[in-house]
Amino acid sequence: MKRVVAGVLSLLLVIGVLAGCGSETNNNENKNGIARTIAQIKDSGYIKIGVFCDKKPFGYVDEQGTYQGYDVYFANRIAKDMDVKVEFVPVEAASRVEYLKTGKVDIILANFTVTKERSEQVDFCLPYMKVALGVVSPDQNLIKDVKELEGKTLIVSKGTTAETYFTKNYPKVTLLKFDQYSEAFNALLDGRGDALSTDNTEVLAWALENKGFSVGVESLGDIDTIAPAVQKDNTELLNWINEEIRGLEEEQFFHRDYEETLKPVYGDAVAPDNLVVEGGYVNK
Amino acid sequence: MLAIGIDILFRGNNLVRLLEGLWVTIKISMLAIIVSIILGILFGMVMTMKHPMIKGVCRVYLEFIRIMPQLVLLFLVYFGATKAFQIHISGKVAAVLVFSLWGTAEMGDLVRGALVSIPYHQYESGMALGLTRLKIFRYIIIPQTLRRLIPLAINLATRMIKTTSLIVLIGVVEVLKVGQQIIEANRFTVPDAALWIYAVVFFLYFIVCYPISLLARKLERIWQE
Repeated sequence: MKRVVAGVLSLLLVIGVLAGCGSETNNNENKNGIARTIAQIKDSGYIKIGVFCDKKPFGYVDEQGTYQGYDVYFANRIAKDMDVKVEFVPVEAASRVEYLKTGKVDIILANFTVTKERSEQVDFCLPYMKVALGVVSPDQNLIKDVKELEGKTLIVSKGTTAETYFTKNYPKVTLLKFDQYSEAFNALLDGRGDALSTDNTEVLAWALENKGFSVGVESLGDIDTIAPAVQKDNTELLNWINEEIRGLEEEQFFHRDYEETLKPVYGDAVAPDNLVVEGGYVNK
Repeated sequence: MLAIGIDILFRGNNLVRLLEGLWVTIKISMLAIIVSIILGILFGMVMTMKHPMIKGVCRVYLEFIRIMPQLVLLFLVYFGATKAFQIHISGKVAAVLVFSLWGTAEMGDLVRGALVSIPYHQYESGMALGLTRLKIFRYIIIPQTLRRLIPLAINLATRMIKTTSLIVLIGVVEVLKVGQQIIEANRFTVPDAALWIYAVVFFLYFIVCYPISLLARKLERIWQE
């Protein structure tokens, strides 16, 4: 009987210790699912921005554990101009909309492509980048035309524009879907699919570094823009960010952002003006 | 090439970050496993009751949890709770909650299975010896049930530990995600980082799961009469 009692007691101790560790509560946490106002953000002293944590060079974590990348560079600037600290929330492609709808982040800056479907659920600010889709495939079986993909397997990430584009326009292409970008690229390396499609910036950067793979289709579908997103009807923050983007045009902020974060990766493979959008104007 | 691959692990804070990620994995899964074992045993006993109403409720709960992918459950609790009831649950708490719900349901069914697998004559023999109902459970049924339960419970526990890799989708970065972050941050410079990091992650999962297997083997030996 003594052993049973001792067992139960030690179990309780373990639970207590673990529960203690688990209760890192944040007092300023937005509890009701409604987006915070700018005043609330400033009062709390930090802004919560959802970014990717494994999508170099847009949003990733370096070996020191700090967030880096094109999106992060802009996020840091927003926080600086709002005079608050920034708290990065790691998001996945498939969870970005939900994070905004439930007010768990103030802004999503995770390479979020503007689409009609998404605009019904979240509000997009002015764009700060533009992209189209690209298709990367092994050199031996290079896919040069989308039509070649019919009857073959194409790897895509769930919740991306590539997924919707191919589902809608090329139903004969077999899609192999992954939750995470890193899984998708690994699947292509392992030969689990014939090609991979996502934003052309991504596939270009990836093909540069992975010998034996090339981007056969560089620009597919419409030119899409990438913009910060806020919760639906959060006009106050939306206007603030739009003002910010317009104001940054003068100093060519996004070109500097490109130089610092994207150039080291793309080198001369991409012309900056093909990606960067200043002041929210897109010349298609 | 070999040297470069391993080198990634010791660059910057990478190793510490991986271990921190592992700690998150351990914390969430162990907490959920403990809750699941305690509640699961109770749930399993409730499931053996004959009352049709209780049986029905248990059945619905079990089937619901079993059919729903864990990812959907995580989204339901983390985002759904905020949408439906305006309450915010932190990612970690939501994870523990979902894994406990899942573990309790599955553990309950395992306990139920183990309980009904004890032949009825065991109860009858106990009664013939003049033992009380409590004593029959204490000395005859529970020891046999526990022994049958161990391998099944270990399977469930290790499955729960490994499934924690899903919680990154509700913003909790655990060991596998840290690994992927490291791989992605270096994929332009060290393309074969994936191999090394996954090997390390494999090893980390192993050192978490293996002691559980050892403990199970020891318990099985102790409870073997």
